Amino acid sequence: MDLFRKGVSRRMAVLLASVALVSCSKDSGPVKVGVLQSLTGTMAISEVTVKNAELMAIEEINAAGGVLGRQLEAVVEDGASDPVTFSQKAAKLIESNKVVTVFGGWTSASRKAMQPVFQRTNNLLWYPVQFEGNECSPNIMYSGAQPNQQILPALDWAVAQGFKNYFLVGSDYVFPRTANLILKTHIADRKLATAGEEYVPLGGADFSTVIAKIQAAKPDIIFSTLNGDSNVAFFKQLAAAGVSTTTLPVMSFSIGEQEAQAMGPQLVQGSYAAWNYFQSLDTPENQAFVAAYKKKHGADAVVTDPMVHGYINVYQWKAAVEKAKTFDPTAVRKAAVALADSPSPMGGVKFAANQSLVQTAYVGQLDTAGQFKIISRSPAPIAPEPYDRLAFPGKTCAPT
Amino acid sequence: MDGVVLALGQGFNGLSVASLYLLAALGLALSFGLMRVINMAHGELLMLGGYIAYLVMKAVPGTAGLLLALPAAFAGSALMGAAIEAILIRRLAARPLDTLLATWGLSLILQQAARNIFGPIGVEVRAPAWMNTAVTLGPLSLPTTRILILVLCVLLLGGLALLLTRTRIGLLVRAVNQDRMMAAAVGIDIRRVDMVMFALGSGVAGLAGVALGLLGPVTPTVGQTYIVPAFLVVVMGGLGSIAGSTAAAVILGLFSAMAQIFVDVSVAQVLMLVLVIAFIQFRPQGVLAPRSRALDA
Repeated sequence: MDLFRKGVSRRMAVLLASVALVSCSKDSGPVKVGVLQSLTGTMAISEVTVKNAELMAIEEINAAGGVLGRQLEAVVEDGASDPVTFSQKAAKLIESNKVVTVFGGWTSASRKAMQPVFQRTNNLLWYPVQFEGNECSPNIMYSGAQPNQQILPALDWAVAQGFKNYFLVGSDYVFPRTANLILKTHIADRKLATAGEEYVPLGGADFSTVIAKIQAAKPDIIFSTLNGDSNVAFFKQLAAAGVSTTTLPVMSFSIGEQEAQAMGPQLVQGSYAAWNYFQSLDTPENQAFVAAYKKKHGADAVVTDPMVHGYINVYQWKAAVEKAKTFDPTAVRKAAVALADSPSPMGGVKFAANQSLVQTAYVGQLDTAGQFKIISRSPAPIAPEPYDRLAFPGKTCAPT
Repeated sequence: MDGVVLALGQGFNGLSVASLYLLAALGLALSFGLMRVINMAHGELLMLGGYIAYLVMKAVPGTAGLLLALPAAFAGSALMGAAIEAILIRRLAARPLDTLLATWGLSLILQQAARNIFGPIGVEVRAPAWMNTAVTLGPLSLPTTRILILVLCVLLLGGLALLLTRTRIGLLVRAVNQDRMMAAAVGIDIRRVDMVMFALGSGVAGLAGVALGLLGPVTPTVGQTYIVPAFLVVVMGGLGSIAGSTAAAVILGLFSAMAQIFVDVSVAQVLMLVLVIAFIQFRPQGVLAPRSRALDA
């Protein structure tokens, strides 16, 4: 262990020396940070807004005097909704642009494609989206919800409402499959019933059979991990089959304010969602944040959970750099998990030792304007658990 | 009892899926039957119909909007089809492989154009409120939208049959289909027949787009979702045979719906592909061989 530490500090010394040699005159100049989201392709609609939120945080920090006395220079790259592009652009940002850290990523595929790049270069990625857990890389800060911060609080809420029979519907890829595995384990553990579990291909639009099975199974509530456009087809065909969200509630894990707007609020009104942030959160920090974002991007702009996580990531990075008194990624990530609880638009947050965010979970119900009425919140911020205790017993994140 | 109800319900769902497959496949069958051209951009004609329905029903909501959207989508897609025929396919008529490539390129261009104009997220065609109901038949509840799409499909098939057997253009089409050279020799303007049939097939794709828009979102890639089953229907039905395509659509629709009772949607799609591959092994000419029915176009 000592040897390892020595190795690291020796490498750091070499690194610092070379940085000092190359850029001794630049020490007071701007420091570069990467922003890597999909600006084109199918994910662009969601990721462009996260980029906007990340850039807004960087601008605010610059206006307030920068970090360690230096201004930030954001280098924006386009991941083009393609995991391979994400990994290439990450390498480019780190190796050509010499960014000290990167904010970005959305899909699990994009994160998994970038992870080896960050490991190889020993740089740090700040990832803003809820995901399926089962991963803890020392080179990634995971601020989006772990399963125990979004899916399980939603189950807690449903159990408290007296729902006993659950139907799980999802798109066919890693997040829904893992989420439903965890849900099934917990539903069985509580001696409740899973009435059915169905998957449709990503982007699939025919739900006739799924709805027939739902009608035959007569569940109390549907938990949906459907993604993207499949949601529109699902809700439309549900309505056409005479099933309304008031008689059979639907809890979704991929519908936020923006998706609700795009789908048409009247289609999804009355359905439920679980997130760590809703635009309707009534706190001074959130009102200031929403107002600032609307001032910049128009009064119709909506704010979503991943955007706020992107915004928080930038501020957490700043605080960690100031605590570590260096931009070195290894020192920064060690400082980041030692920060005190800090206020944010979504309430008090802090990174746990496993580099995931301690945060509050909320359940909201969609109104006719596409906004969520918050109907439940976890009593306290929830500590992140990358590996579910029941579904993946014995697995933990190795200390980093 | 529950099992019987589920099976009956799935029978209806299967017919409903069959009607969608057939609507998507009819245009392909028409153009392939007559011109031996495989139009890879056929899915985008579907997409165009969907977007036209979206625009029309945004301007005129309700039942009137839907009644207006059907002819508008037919006309819009037919015009686009006529343009594709005149600009692209006619000039490559002697080189079928090049048509394949050119129409595929066109399909990519049209998808990207839709993405630029309407955005990557799907738009919703809002059906009139009375369509968001279900007809209760004993223990079954059948969505009104799906019943109407079935009716639309049957009407369209009847119309096409009448057109091909009872009208002058139908006579010309059958003549060109039987022997292009001979038809040209006796003075039939085969280029005009080609164009009219291609436009007709495209218009039918436009109608299919409206039907899809009533069930799900219209996205830049909506055509891609249905083009594979449409090709399966055309291949299994016997290339170019309308009666064969109809039979194949019903077989595939019912098979996939029944399979879905036991497996989930993803697996059912795999089983459907396996069925088609096995079927083609034993009957390469399809359900009904082309040239064996007067309905052939």
